[in-house]
Amino acid sequence: MAVRIVFFASLREQLACSSLDWEGRSPQETVASLREKLAREQFPESGAVLLADTVLAAVNQVMAQPEQAVADGDEVAFFPPVTGG
Amino acid sequence: MTELSPDELLRYSRHIVMPEITLAGQQTLMASSVLCVGAGGLGSPVCLYLAAAGIGRLGLVEFDTIDLSNIQRQVLYDTRDVGQPKLDTAHARLSQLNPHVQIDAHALRLAADNVMPLVKQYDVIVDGSDNFATRYLVNDAAVLSGKPLVHASVFRFEGQITVFDSPRGPCYRCLFPEPPPAELVPSCAEGGVLGMLPGIIGSMQALEVVKLILGLGEPLVGRLLLFDGLSAQWRELPAQRAPDCALCGQSPTIHEPTDLPAASWADGAPRISASELAGLLNAGEAPTVIDVREPQEYAIAAIPDSKLLPLMELSIHAASLDPGKPYILTCHRGGRSLKAFEQLRAAGFSNLQVLDGGIDAWAEQIDPEMRRY
Repeated sequence: MAVRIVFFASLREQLACSSLDWEGRSPQETVASLREKLAREQFPESGAVLLADTVLAAVNQVMAQPEQAVADGDEVAFFPPVTGG
Repeated sequence: MTELSPDELLRYSRHIVMPEITLAGQQTLMASSVLCVGAGGLGSPVCLYLAAAGIGRLGLVEFDTIDLSNIQRQVLYDTRDVGQPKLDTAHARLSQLNPHVQIDAHALRLAADNVMPLVKQYDVIVDGSDNFATRYLVNDAAVLSGKPLVHASVFRFEGQITVFDSPRGPCYRCLFPEPPPAELVPSCAEGGVLGMLPGIIGSMQALEVVKLILGLGEPLVGRLLLFDGLSAQWRELPAQRAPDCALCGQSPTIHEPTDLPAASWADGAPRISASELAGLLNAGEAPTVIDVREPQEYAIAAIPDSKLLPLMELSIHAASLDPGKPYILTCHRGGRSLKAFEQLRAAGFSNLQVLDGGIDAWAEQIDPEMRRY
């Protein structure tokens, strides 16, 4: 399955990446399993920041819970909290 | 409703001619009150536009003084104001802009014991603060007193804005139940921000305030709007209430605002002063100095022989360091080096010190020729 991944704010610097096209071997993914795989396989050195509870995820521009399924062609975006004023 | 003087009629004529506002709408604005928490990057456009719009009473919460590094984005102030308290300058500037607006200056740091009485005095609350402790306090007080909260934040080229108005929509805790670990979230001082970003997002906040007061259009309740200045794209995320929200959920456990505990990562880091470090360096006995700023900052000024390892990449490069060796950590003013301290300590480094006041203290105390920023 192919999933478009988008990162926002500080994640962009921490992962040195603002978006990527992710190719998964498994036909079944959830937001949680995708997050785990990205952290482990795509960003083995800096990926821990993705696993923080405070990083929100949205699938196709709708806020998503960890158990939500991710389908081929979806866009999954990750948002860390931002505090600058 | 108060009658408008001929001057006021003229001043607000571009509002009054709009069928959505009319004279009655302008009178509603003039009878309303707004509390703006923070008079910095976001607070500047918020206060300027709301004062210009003729909001009746505008409360400002701020305790900082104006620094030269503020002027690039905090358009309430100009170069002559550096060193002055923000609140005094803002009060004077806004009164000049529109003498019909009552400015309430609250020179205080928000805390659990002062936030509720303050929030209760206003119709709409605006969060233009720059730290999580204040953001949670303001959110909790707004929910507990039933006031709408126009929330926004900015980072580098990005900004986000929404309106929290529980129970109509979610509150901040529905989205982010707990404050994140401080080391994960860079501030404007650390991450940087392009000056126009708070200008764009703060202007949106002022617009949302006016919409809320006049009941116009579709407020950003339950909608998180994200702006990426580099791609010039807005994206909107629907945001729902969390049934288990500790503040506004079905069985709330938070019944009054509470102060966040002081950051634990700042505790217990051994400090070294600039003069102590200079002494060690002169004697050739100093441990390696690790500078955790960004390369573009390092290029402006750096301590001789220091090693650049930006905080964002520290976890990657920690492998090139020896956990058994002593290191001195530094950054611009001391914030990031504490975060680096916590990261390295967690990774097993046992002999770390943090340079008190960072490179800025070094420039002040040791090397007056060094460029400051």
